[in-house]
Amino acid sequence: MFETILIANRGEIACRVIDTARKMGVRTVAVYSDADRAARHVAMADRAVHIGGPAPADSYLRGDAIIEAALQTGAQAIHPGYGFLSENPDFVEAVEAAGLAFIGPSARAIRAMGLKDAAKVLMEEAGVPVVPGYHGDNQDPEHLSGAADAIGYPVLIKAVAGGGGKGMRLVERAGDFADALDSARSEARTAFGNDAVLIEKFIQKPRHIEVQVFGDGQGAVHLFERDCSLQRRHQKVIEEAPAPGMTDEMRAAMGQAAVRAAEAIGYAGAGTVEFIVDGSRGLRPDGFWFMEMNTRLQVEHPVTEAITGVDLVEWQLRVASGEGLPKCQDELQINGHAFEARLYAEDVPKGFLPATGRLAHLRFPDGARADTGVRAGDEISPHYDPMIAKLITHGATRAGALRRLSAALRDCEVAGTVTNLGFLGALAAHEGFAAGEVDTGLIARDLDMLVVEPAPDTRDIALAALAAMGVLDATEGATGFTLWSPLTRTVHLHRQGDEIAVRVQSLSAEAHDVQIGDTTVEARRVGGRWQLDGQAAANVAVSGHLVTVFDDYGLDFDIVDPLDRAAMAGGDRDVIEAPMPGLVKAVLAKPGQEVREGDRLAVLEAMKMEHSLLAARDGTVDEVLVEEGAQVEAGAALIRLASEDEEGEAA
Amino acid sequence: MKLQSKAIPSSAEFQANRDGHLEAIRVVEEAAALAAAGGGEAARERHLSRGKMLPRERVANLLDPGSPFLEVGATAAHGLYDGAAPCAGVIAGIGRVQGLECMIVCNDATVKGGTYYPMTVKKHLRAQEIAEECNLPCIYLVDSGGANLPNQDEVFPDRDHFGRIFYNQANMSAKGIPQIAVVMGSCTAGGAYVPAMSDVTIIVKDQGTIFLAGPPLVKAATGEVVTAEDLGGGDVHTRLSGVADYLAEDDAHALALARRAVAGLNRVKPATVDWASPEDPAYDPDELLGVVPADLRTPYDIREVIARLVDGSRFDEFKARFGETLVCGFAHLKGCPVGIVANNGVLFSEAAQKGAHFVELCSQRKIPLLFLQNITGFMVGRKYENEGIARHGAKMVTAVATTRVPKVTMVVGGSFGAGNYGMSGRAYQPRFMWSWPNSRISVMGGEQAAGVLATVRRDAIERKGGAWSAEEEAEFKRPTIEMFERQSHPLYASARLWDDGIVDPRKSREVLALSLSAALCAPIDETRFGVFRM
Repeated sequence: MFETILIANRGEIACRVIDTARKMGVRTVAVYSDADRAARHVAMADRAVHIGGPAPADSYLRGDAIIEAALQTGAQAIHPGYGFLSENPDFVEAVEAAGLAFIGPSARAIRAMGLKDAAKVLMEEAGVPVVPGYHGDNQDPEHLSGAADAIGYPVLIKAVAGGGGKGMRLVERAGDFADALDSARSEARTAFGNDAVLIEKFIQKPRHIEVQVFGDGQGAVHLFERDCSLQRRHQKVIEEAPAPGMTDEMRAAMGQAAVRAAEAIGYAGAGTVEFIVDGSRGLRPDGFWFMEMNTRLQVEHPVTEAITGVDLVEWQLRVASGEGLPKCQDELQINGHAFEARLYAEDVPKGFLPATGRLAHLRFPDGARADTGVRAGDEISPHYDPMIAKLITHGATRAGALRRLSAALRDCEVAGTVTNLGFLGALAAHEGFAAGEVDTGLIARDLDMLVVEPAPDTRDIALAALAAMGVLDATEGATGFTLWSPLTRTVHLHRQGDEIAVRVQSLSAEAHDVQIGDTTVEARRVGGRWQLDGQAAANVAVSGHLVTVFDDYGLDFDIVDPLDRAAMAGGDRDVIEAPMPGLVKAVLAKPGQEVREGDRLAVLEAMKMEHSLLAARDGTVDEVLVEEGAQVEAGAALIRLASEDEEGEAA
Repeated sequence: MKLQSKAIPSSAEFQANRDGHLEAIRVVEEAAALAAAGGGEAARERHLSRGKMLPRERVANLLDPGSPFLEVGATAAHGLYDGAAPCAGVIAGIGRVQGLECMIVCNDATVKGGTYYPMTVKKHLRAQEIAEECNLPCIYLVDSGGANLPNQDEVFPDRDHFGRIFYNQANMSAKGIPQIAVVMGSCTAGGAYVPAMSDVTIIVKDQGTIFLAGPPLVKAATGEVVTAEDLGGGDVHTRLSGVADYLAEDDAHALALARRAVAGLNRVKPATVDWASPEDPAYDPDELLGVVPADLRTPYDIREVIARLVDGSRFDEFKARFGETLVCGFAHLKGCPVGIVANNGVLFSEAAQKGAHFVELCSQRKIPLLFLQNITGFMVGRKYENEGIARHGAKMVTAVATTRVPKVTMVVGGSFGAGNYGMSGRAYQPRFMWSWPNSRISVMGGEQAAGVLATVRRDAIERKGGAWSAEEEAEFKRPTIEMFERQSHPLYASARLWDDGIVDPRKSREVLALSLSAALCAPIDETRFGVFRM
């Protein structure tokens, strides 16, 4: 076994690898970019080496710097994680040339699977079913169009070097083929520098089922399948193992095909063989086709770990250090069912827009495995994938595991950024999903139902108001004591553009009556725990002006600070006056001109200095009241903006 | 050390006492609710329609969330001016702003436009007096039309009238006690000096006005027609006149600016006493209602009260075997060391000497004093006069009058005659003086007063050879008894600010702790006693 390994990655996967390495007594070296100086993986590793700037090209993709770091720190092997350099055969060769071990497959195996069309040919030869299609070198549009006709519409155009949905087009009719081909090619050229495409039959109600394989260079075993059909725009959202509706017969067929695929290329380490499955008529042994092989550890590997009890990273380390496969096929069994949900910082209602922010509060629920690369206080930076964590639950049955997933999502507490928790929660509660009726189109079909704006109830608002006041954790002194009549204060909260006025009457440190509109919520602390109208209060986090109530997957409120509403110092902002006696050196504003706050409207020369006179607000110049060269007194009106009322009327 | 209560909460007597107190509390509660409501529904609606916060809400939003508010004069002017000035038209009290204990004085414009009745002035001055003695920053939330003109003779000219407000502001500022004004409405005539005399002034745009004479008076005097806003609005005063320093958008913004001003005061509470960790009494303060007889004339052991006020019910009684009608001793109240002087019967010479001794001790050690008043007076009669009870009483009065440690007085029963003096009555300037709803205060009991008058009368009649029947005597005594009964009621007393307010006995501990805490915002001076008549 290695004494020290270097992890050429960041985030949750770097942490994940360090975890297992530590359990095995293997020392770890992390690498980091400027943006990750204080990241969790850096803190967890025994050593850490800085390798460059925040952009991946300046750090995590710099193979030479990473190898240098490994050599410097005495690491004997490099674990690539997923993404970045994990499927780069040149890097693998460089690592080996440096006398280090690469924890993963050989460069040859990666190359064999790297180009999709070549991979398919190879698989066909190995007796693995592939989707009917054209994977040839002739990229002439006419030829491709003819191939599409031969396969039969609908077809998919896919970039040969593609991945992640880039350079992929669905074509329903022959008439649309030419345009779709053009746009797929241009996208592929931009993304991969290679505009070659392949044509494939488009499978109706497709399911994405993949098989985890593990090889030692000679033989291989499979660790059963994962169903990753819940996707949004080809991005996996919730994965599970085993696949719902899977039969023993089909599982054996898929497993054998996957092992054949791995063995055909002498695969070593963890890999995943992805199949597309026709889900329109149930799962049948003749209804799956090879899509591609991912020659690395997958994001969703924990579901496999959960049902097999295997630590895949441990296997990776053992096999890379020269051991044979830790288990043979017969020793592998499925135990129960597992789900993984990918928790992201993203604004779901705004079209799943990636979000950033400092995680003011972060708490993962008990009863779920949380693989994460961040801690409370860490930043979700714009430089990398905005994943916060993967939540993995396991149960004896699919229903049990799903129930745990729902609970885990409900109890997960994230403040400081928007998240997709609500979306994941809605998905976990989706009836079709619960029934195992999954396909890759489910999310798109039911998107409206899955993207729900959470609506805080009065108890949530009351709790936010009390948190904003800082009285939830109030101690001895914060009694709100009065001699006879209790005092009532008003707290203003903002939520999604709406201002909510909350009136709080403090009766004691343990009792507040909170009024929202016509509703009064009684907040009482009983045995150290707050209750609202008799119900246990949700948890709350306050960070600066942000209050997050952990109900309904996290409800954010902004505390309105009256100080933010600074009254303008000058009073009248319509008229620009001469601040002192002087000579008007220049008039830059013209009547009717649109100006922005801070724009220079005139220049006054006084006391041997030139003073710029600036617009106090955005607006329209109504009148210029002075000419260049005029000598003016202090307070003389020089320029007048159209009053905001007038502008309002004009609009 | 720990006091042992002999009370039996299940007894009929306990329950009867409780019922009596609850009734007395209810009467005060009603009066306080009336005061808190201010100038009535219509005035409140009018106030709100102008976008203003109601005065109590202004106070609430100025204070730190969860801050206690120790209101002073909560039932001031009760029953005065035909009920025209609830709460005397001004809210006053101590609360925390940015963690600092401050005196808040807030005009209630719903009460006759916030104009100053005689009691308004007295209350404002009392609040300033507390602030000055306790070294508390003052925040004035101003919304007042100035002096109440029909009452000008009792508001304007005398030493402790309107002008004293500004005298106090100047002198407090001179002592380094911050004066902050928030102009949230009118500030007319003399009222204009509240912001003008403040260290820092905030004014609300299109709402606050400051001028020596309002538009009507200007028109009458000079014929000039001018709007209130142009005469002395926020824009004018922050841009042109410099009378105010910060312009606020509205009440909430103004209060936030005031809070920010307090945050910048750079003040720390002086180290004065050796605080212990606070501890609840071993006996529930709620039981005070049961252990104290509802009828003032029923004697009881004051230690039953002390046991329900002090930390852990622990009391280090001093000289317990000497002068037993005055109970003296050391205790802690919410962690604050305190010397307690409490009546347990009529004062004798020994008790007075012991009291003087104990006050000397506390002064020497700089331990705040708490007086629990339940006193009918000093013992009378030849024996006592001849042994010099006046001399011994004078010793106690001298000690109480000249000690510089903070004194807090709570009237838990009777407060009659010279006993009131020896027990740090209002004239002895305790930092705070509070009363229980069951308490009574007068120069002597109504029966005694009527008896004195009747004796004089009987002597006169009988000197002339006339006869006076028992019925006639009773008829003669009745109005005096009734007058004393009415005037000795705590609401009557509190309406006139003879004390700082009436306290539900169950809240006594909290009130005393807040009083002590406020008092300890000022350093404790060295005491120099007067000549003791030995």
